Amino acid sequence: MNGWPVLERFLRTDPRDVGCAEAMDLLHVYAELVAAGAPAAQRYPGIAAHLAACGPCGEDFDGLLTAVRDPVQ
Amino acid sequence: MVPADPAAEGILPPPELDPDSEQRIQMLSGPGPQREEGLARLHDLLLRIARRELQRRGGRLQITGPELDDLAYQAAADALLAIVGKLGQFRGESRFTTWAYKFVVFEVSAKIGRHFWNKPAVRMDTEDWERLPGRFGLDPARETERRDLAAAVHRAVDEHLTPRQRQVFVAIVLNGVPMDALVAELGSTRNAIYKAMFDARRKLRAALAANGYLDDETSRHS
Repeated sequence: MNGWPVLERFLRTDPRDVGCAEAMDLLHVYAELVAAGAPAAQRYPGIAAHLAACGPCGEDFDGLLTAVRDPVQ
Repeated sequence: MVPADPAAEGILPPPELDPDSEQRIQMLSGPGPQREEGLARLHDLLLRIARRELQRRGGRLQITGPELDDLAYQAAADALLAIVGKLGQFRGESRFTTWAYKFVVFEVSAKIGRHFWNKPAVRMDTEDWERLPGRFGLDPARETERRDLAAAVHRAVDEHLTPRQRQVFVAIVLNGVPMDALVAELGSTRNAIYKAMFDARRKLRAALAANGYLDDETSRHS
């Protein structure tokens, strides 16, 4: 440890990270898997890595999951 | 960054559509009145999702009342257009509504990104490097180390990043511009901005590790 945890976290990158475009393309599939309690992160580790690192995509995922779980029909 | 596993994606054949998805697709692909009804139903659903999504994020955004409603209408209308334009691309991997919600959630993000510049609290053309220690929570009690590390990051930014990576780093890290606002301002895509920042982070970590500011071991994992 070097004592700069925020900087450490910020600079840490995951080589499995698929990036925004790939994650956005499959976000509906991923969200339904999560909503169903299926091991989404195991099936799509690259998307899980991306959602953990990308604030905006993580925010979109949270919104989509909310909509799937409670679709205000 | 690597692509999602295409094998995992292609293992299963397209599943049969659930009744609701099938009905919605039929209506949207059907003749005049049926299609109109399908569009109206979908717009109504998208609008409700957009409103709630804006409310969910609203506390942080300070968007309320008519402004929120206006953004919700814009997001629902643009999402509907996108969905109709891409209807043939729906592969039945999820319920139709889940696929459709995705479009409206993305539109909400894009609208919020553009909305940021209506009353921008920051500017794109400033570079206040004094903010850097605060951005990374560098302990003020360790003043010498703090100043030394901040200078090392600044030096690494100047020496190792491309002009585009530097622009993205300064906007997001120093100036606190939200990523979707930067996407709107630069006329770019979220993927391109994220990739620029991803590569910048890797370069900065390597440079800081090489100069002994960060552990080599963590560098290997990055």
